[in-house]
Amino acid sequence: MIAPEASEPKPILDVRDLSVSFEQYARGLQKKTLRPITSLSVTIRPGEVLAVVGSSGSGKSLLAHAILGILPSNARVTGTLRHANENLTPERQVALRGSDIALVPQSVGFLNPLMRVGAQVRSAAHNGNAAEAQRAIFARYRLAPEVAGMYPFQLSGGMTRRVLVSTAMISGASLIIADEPTPGMHSAVVEETLGHLRELAGEGRAVMLITHDIEAALTIADRIAVLYAGTTVEIASVADFTGDGQSLRHPYSKALWRALPQNGFAVTPGAQPVLDELPPGCLYEPRCPMSTPDCTGARPEVRALRGGVVRCFHAA
Amino acid sequence: MPLEARGIGFRYQRGPWVLRGVDLAVEPGELVGLTGPSGLGKTTLARILAGYERPLEGNVRLDGGPLPVTGYNPVQLVFQHPEKAVNPRWRMRDTLIEGWEPDPELLKALSIERRWFDHWPNELSGGELQRFCLARALGPRTRYLVADEITTMLDAITQTQIWHVVLDIVRERNLGVLVISHDRPLMKHLCNRIVDLESVMSDFPAAAGEGEVGGSRGQALGFSDLAFRKP
Amino acid sequence: MSSVDAVAVSHSRTGRLPRLNRRQRTLLVIVLSAALLLSVVAGGLLLGNEMLTTNLDQRNLSPSLEHPFGTDWLGRDMLARTLKGLTLSLVVGVLASTVSVLIALTLGMAAATFGRAVDGAVTWLVDLFLSVPHLVVLILIAFTLGGGTKGVILAVALTHWPSLTRVIRAEVLQLRTAEFVQVSRRLGRTRWWIATRHLLPHLVPQILVGLVLLFPHAILHEAAITFLGFGLSPQQPAVGVILSESMRHLSTGYWWLALFPGLALLVMVRAFDILGDNLRSLVDPRIAHE
Repeated sequence: MIAPEASEPKPILDVRDLSVSFEQYARGLQKKTLRPITSLSVTIRPGEVLAVVGSSGSGKSLLAHAILGILPSNARVTGTLRHANENLTPERQVALRGSDIALVPQSVGFLNPLMRVGAQVRSAAHNGNAAEAQRAIFARYRLAPEVAGMYPFQLSGGMTRRVLVSTAMISGASLIIADEPTPGMHSAVVEETLGHLRELAGEGRAVMLITHDIEAALTIADRIAVLYAGTTVEIASVADFTGDGQSLRHPYSKALWRALPQNGFAVTPGAQPVLDELPPGCLYEPRCPMSTPDCTGARPEVRALRGGVVRCFHAA
Repeated sequence: MPLEARGIGFRYQRGPWVLRGVDLAVEPGELVGLTGPSGLGKTTLARILAGYERPLEGNVRLDGGPLPVTGYNPVQLVFQHPEKAVNPRWRMRDTLIEGWEPDPELLKALSIERRWFDHWPNELSGGELQRFCLARALGPRTRYLVADEITTMLDAITQTQIWHVVLDIVRERNLGVLVISHDRPLMKHLCNRIVDLESVMSDFPAAAGEGEVGGSRGQALGFSDLAFRKP
Repeated sequence: MSSVDAVAVSHSRTGRLPRLNRRQRTLLVIVLSAALLLSVVAGGLLLGNEMLTTNLDQRNLSPSLEHPFGTDWLGRDMLARTLKGLTLSLVVGVLASTVSVLIALTLGMAAATFGRAVDGAVTWLVDLFLSVPHLVVLILIAFTLGGGTKGVILAVALTHWPSLTRVIRAEVLQLRTAEFVQVSRRLGRTRWWIATRHLLPHLVPQILVGLVLLFPHAILHEAAITFLGFGLSPQQPAVGVILSESMRHLSTGYWWLALFPGLALLVMVRAFDILGDNLRSLVDPRIAHE
């Protein structure tokens, strides 16, 4: 684990060895266990943007739900969540949700379609004069005053993004989680939204950006946590994503970087394991070029390497 | 003979015209990129080209004749959201073989694993589902593929796997592909030419014919032009 | 550091009975209620008619070990009469419900697939039937058809399809615009193939559940119109007949003539309800995984 240096602020969120599993009914009466998250560890400090990058099915949205305490009722959670140096118990999650830990959701579907957006944004404020704060924030995001009186269906795509970020901003939260804030959008809107998130970090808040789009993540993040099959395989700083990925530590991160069109569009065969059929050893082993027989026996632990963190027996 | 859209016009009910006077052609063996600001127009054009909607004006021509209304359509469309394109009550193997029976090489190239066949769609992720949708669409009778943002929601590794398979099939079978995307670097890598939807609509004053368009209407395209930089 | 065990699964091991997960419990309930209903039917079918012969020296006996439900004014054993009556009601109810469901399926699919005119006609018909008081229509139809078994079955069959029709129509309308159905068409599949392989599997769970839940409704209605005199004749000892005849004797204090058949009817109807509800929870994907 990266030990925070004495001069750096302490992490506002410390996730250690988080594991989430579900039981589902298979054929007939048998139950099978899905393990969407296994031993996930990540920290985030005030003022930094941490991007959590992974493909669909890598558990990234579930991580956000676990932090906020909104997992489905049949979820089994183990591991540790600490916020501002205290354990994040279910009671604390309820208290902090929306006030100190805020979510920027994925789509307009998260807004109440029957309520005007101004009122919804105001309802997310927890201290101070809500109406004033809402007006100030709308002005800052170049939303005309009339927008406050509109309903969600009347907003354009760009306006919706800005309203969703406003709800997080007005809450005054110290930790903001953005779960796929720009799904499949045009680059201008993506840039603008990401820029707003970067500004939030600039004000001293911690921003967790969850996305599958590594290019977008690299534009504003300080550190990137790479997720694979529900576990963290590497946590690297943005500077490591350069050249042909030689500074990266885990084979999956390198594969991801080299797959980008501007980096060679390199093909890596294989697919992520399905959640109820995880390999017994290292989760990446079946498709790893560096795999040896040791890799099938046990799961590697997370270890520090060259200023970052990696989960691999062979990384150097 | 190409797949041609001639003078396509379309609008929903009595709304504004989403497409007007659109001319577009895709030759066999060619990958044409289609980009543009409004998602609605590109997707609507994709649906019209693949026979899912009838244009209100103009027509679509394949080999000089109209698209078939019944039977296998040689123009196959793959959607942005694979979850909606598969029957949730069918196991994956039934979805896979709905159009034809894909051979093992194709399955291997797409990294589709046999043990996924027994699963239900809701047990698999978007990347896995999209591989099935693509395999289903690439039957031997398919001559044109309309790819509507097919890898936008997917991670970079799945994206490369999918496109490499498409490129191989384009080479083997002289397939024509329309690549709809807003990812410039991706399209530069894949496409022979890139078309901006606005430039092929006869109504728009900025119409400049076909060709590469960089930053029309003042929109920054691609991540090289960043307005925000980290401190 | 303590561990966070947020909202864990809450079955606790009491150690006495084997722990059943929710799906197993649902199946158990289904099996039990089905068994109850089947035993009623079995009883009704297996009991010979000798239990129904008149036995004038055993008239109006109150419930005892020999006659758990007592006897009636002709000395007939009430338990036997009740079982046979329930069986008959059940057969009538099942027949009527099945016909109703078939009507609903046809009309619902037609409304959703044959265009605006047909849709408009069917919807108008549905609204018409739903706006008139149910019992009134039932009685009208039974009366017009001359009563009797045929009248009852047809009357019930012709009045129970509207709600299910609406449900099926809505499902099919939604399904037709689903992308996977449109993809199917462009892969060359015929409309019939799509209807049977894509649409019908989606509908079957709804239909089954609708069917099972319709039985008790139909049975009660049959009992009601027979009770009112428009249905089955007294020669066929359905529950409605039993109840209506026992009304005459209530004032003389022979309470068991109405109470037991009534209770039995209630239990049977409730068993169907439970069966239908549990089937639905198995089949409805939204709650199936809890």
